[in-house]
Amino acid sequence: MEFVGEHLLPGQLGHFFAILSLVASLTATIAFFKATNTIDLNQKNSWLRLARVSFLAETISVLAIFASLYFIISSHLFEYKYAWQHSSRALQVEYLLSCFWEGQEGSFMLWSFWHCVLGWVLIWRSKKWEAPVMTVVSFMQFCLASMLIGIYFFNTKVGSSPFVLLRNEMKDAPIFSQANYLSFVKDGNGLNALLQNYWMVIHPPILFLGFASTIVPFAYAIAGLWTKDHKGWTRPAIPWAAFSGGILAVGIMMGAAWAYESLTFGGYWAWDPVENASLVPWLVMIAGMHTNLIFKSSGYSLKSTYVFYLLSFMLVLYSTFLTRSGVLGDTSVHAFTDLGMNTQLILFLLVFLVPAFTLYFLRSKEIPTILKEENTYSREFWMFIGALVFFLSGMVIIVTTSLPVFNKILSTKWAVGDDPEGFHNQVQVFVAIILGLLTAITQYLKYKDTPRKYLFKKIMVPTITAVLLSAAISIWGGIDYNKKGIGFLIAIHLAVFAAVYSIVANAGYIWLVMRGRIKAAGASVAHVGFALVLLGILISSSKKSVLSYNTTGMSPLKIGDKESPLENITLVKGVSTDMGKYMVTYKGDTLNQKDRKRYYEINFVKKTDKETFSLYPDIIENNKGSEGVTPNPDAKHYWNRDIFTYLTFLGDPSKIKANDTSSFKNNEVKIGDTLFYSNGIMVLNKVVVNPQNERYNFTASDTALALDISIISKDGNRYNSQPLLKVVNGTVVKVPDTIMAQSLVIQFNQVKNQQKGLLELGVKETSGVLDFVTLKAYEFPFINVLWLGIMVMVVGMVMSIYQRLKTNVKLVSKTEKPVTKSTDKIAQV
Amino acid sequence: MKKTHIILLVFIAISIAVLLSFMGDITTYDTVSSAKEKPGKFVHLIAKMQQNSLQYDPVKDPNYLAFTAVDSLGNSIKVVYHNTKPTDMEKSERLVLKGRVQDDHFECKDILLKCPSKYKDDMNAAKKQLGTASNNTTPQELANETK
Repeated sequence: MEFVGEHLLPGQLGHFFAILSLVASLTATIAFFKATNTIDLNQKNSWLRLARVSFLAETISVLAIFASLYFIISSHLFEYKYAWQHSSRALQVEYLLSCFWEGQEGSFMLWSFWHCVLGWVLIWRSKKWEAPVMTVVSFMQFCLASMLIGIYFFNTKVGSSPFVLLRNEMKDAPIFSQANYLSFVKDGNGLNALLQNYWMVIHPPILFLGFASTIVPFAYAIAGLWTKDHKGWTRPAIPWAAFSGGILAVGIMMGAAWAYESLTFGGYWAWDPVENASLVPWLVMIAGMHTNLIFKSSGYSLKSTYVFYLLSFMLVLYSTFLTRSGVLGDTSVHAFTDLGMNTQLILFLLVFLVPAFTLYFLRSKEIPTILKEENTYSREFWMFIGALVFFLSGMVIIVTTSLPVFNKILSTKWAVGDDPEGFHNQVQVFVAIILGLLTAITQYLKYKDTPRKYLFKKIMVPTITAVLLSAAISIWGGIDYNKKGIGFLIAIHLAVFAAVYSIVANAGYIWLVMRGRIKAAGASVAHVGFALVLLGILISSSKKSVLSYNTTGMSPLKIGDKESPLENITLVKGVSTDMGKYMVTYKGDTLNQKDRKRYYEINFVKKTDKETFSLYPDIIENNKGSEGVTPNPDAKHYWNRDIFTYLTFLGDPSKIKANDTSSFKNNEVKIGDTLFYSNGIMVLNKVVVNPQNERYNFTASDTALALDISIISKDGNRYNSQPLLKVVNGTVVKVPDTIMAQSLVIQFNQVKNQQKGLLELGVKETSGVLDFVTLKAYEFPFINVLWLGIMVMVVGMVMSIYQRLKTNVKLVSKTEKPVTKSTDKIAQV
Repeated sequence: MKKTHIILLVFIAISIAVLLSFMGDITTYDTVSSAKEKPGKFVHLIAKMQQNSLQYDPVKDPNYLAFTAVDSLGNSIKVVYHNTKPTDMEKSERLVLKGRVQDDHFECKDILLKCPSKYKDDMNAAKKQLGTASNNTTPQELANETK
């Protein structure tokens, strides 16, 4: 059948380039491999030329795939499943790129793109390491390309192409039996509302650059094992590891910032499997970078460096498997789609894991090690301990996160216990204590051995300062987190001390030891940043307080019970409600046509100084796939705290009205009478014939009676109500009046006895008529310390990368002389 | 033995102890009757909400939600959840209720919804949508709708 209106060219081009990229990356892999193993210089160079040309073809292919898919999405070609599934016409232009990341194929493409970029930097800079390192990178590209081809080999589908047509994917839908089916497919499914956030435009690219960059230290390690040059690769690997660590940190924390701003688990980190899966490779990469530094300066820890770099990359592959195979299903709030590529994902992991560790064990006898024990007063000893703690903390996190995987393998039915977040917090707080102390002290130690006098003299001032500062925080800071008992609270205070100590000691190191040569102080700056992150996490999490604490319906005995999660408060429109330090009022809502979000204005007035501000938490209606609403939080930022709120329940007036079962209670009344209702009194003022006021506009020719009522609520608010009786076409029609804020409906039923002035008034009290929102509000103190810390840490890493590259260049120009001790000390990462 | 080796062993021992304590906290997926057998123990209960059993009035108390849960074997139990009603709860085909049996009811700490139309199955839902679009709607109507 001929289908009308399809645009098949972009998809065909895209698919062609997908296959070309598979072939080109395979050619590049073989050519780089040959170039590594060939000794003859001429042959080596010709293999290298072929390899580079192939890699160029690969790069062009990847860019072309990107361009094709972008064209399809931006031109709204809904005959393609990808565009139909992940985008819609109403989508704002800035989020077109986010459509790429929503699907798995797009994120594989992004990953592949970064390998191309990194690959050219490696070809440009890595000289003799180019061939072996690029063999690994090209092979990785081959694996990624295979994820995108979507071709059947012997009845097994390999990869999943982003260029498949909707009609081929859903053959059984009757719509596709019509040639003009496209005229029915007017719009796509749209992008998940949670991804329509500016963080989601930049967070995935940065995070994937981080993931992609872990291959470089891995590839260097493989190259070292392969060429048996166990020492040479360690120097160029350090800046790459620092780069990877820095970018991963930024990527992870951007994810945290996104979670903070647009997810509603009430914070920036929830120990969710997806978060854990990206954190663990970072922990191991940082461990590897530190052992690498130890090796370069002291000759110790080469084996651990190998293992950490190999594992860090493996963990990236493993987290790819975890998050994309659907295995996490019941345990994560994140969305996972099972593309039916689980076998391929496992193979993807094994194809790197098995050769890498086989090679490592084959060579492990040859890897140089020092038998002599490290000195306890040496930097390498404590640095190694720190790396070890980093690594083991990562292992604990990944093993616990893998519970669903164990369930699959052992076919058990375990579920995560009562409080997984509490578990992680309780474990990691001790990691924070150890790391804080180690990063504080280790800088003051020299490699090999440190004179005791020197150490104590230098470290005295920072130690005393830190003790005083952290004591001040402990005493006046009001850290009294009591949910996990006194032990945990003590641990938090210790960790605060450790973090403060690390900040002071590392900042002090720059002035006291390096005499303010800030240029060379990358490591210290990065450590200050890391310690600020720790401090920010500790304070903002332990002092996070619930503003919307609600005691309604609780027995007095249970108030203050630490288990009670009564954190929701209901605000009725226009009624000022007491909420902790604030009086809050729900003012109203507005729909923004551009981003299709409904914003709810919540007005806060501080009780003490009458400071007033409004927050606008919002919801996205009819989010993709689900008919409900997706709430987004809003926060007021102060330099030292955030007031953070989001909607937890919305009354849907139409639905509630339908379910409203309460009925009118009829009363016989006279003018001047007073009636009681649950929240106050109402006074019947007068009957108005054919009222003419701001609400009604009757003339003498009409027949209408309004009953004028004053309502005074318990809290002193006054309202006016005018239920109505009118005659339309000979029949009497009742027009009830509603007092939203008091959830009252008042109806003028009839005039019972005109002579006696007896009237019948119906009164209904209901929840159905209210316009209200239910929300949670938190206060996060000092969350800015966390964000600041991340920035400082990254600046420190950039400084040390720069410094190291400069020394590396200098060293290379000195014809590969061995590293001297003096340059070493300056350039500690 | 080198100091680093001793420390390594100690740390690994601690890590294993930590992991064991994690395994000690681990719970199971249960049915109503098996959950009732271990009152007070934290479990994951997989069930459905009985139709029309939902009680929730956010104006009275936004932190009180009660309903009757029915598992696949047909046993039921009253569930109390001290939080707001999750969006789309009525449409959810399967609920994972985390909490413990207390006296006559299930005290729920967290509810995970497995929605028919969310993410995983959105293709199926969409398929239906496309199907109905072509079956029940004439092109004219559809054009009007999309206007």
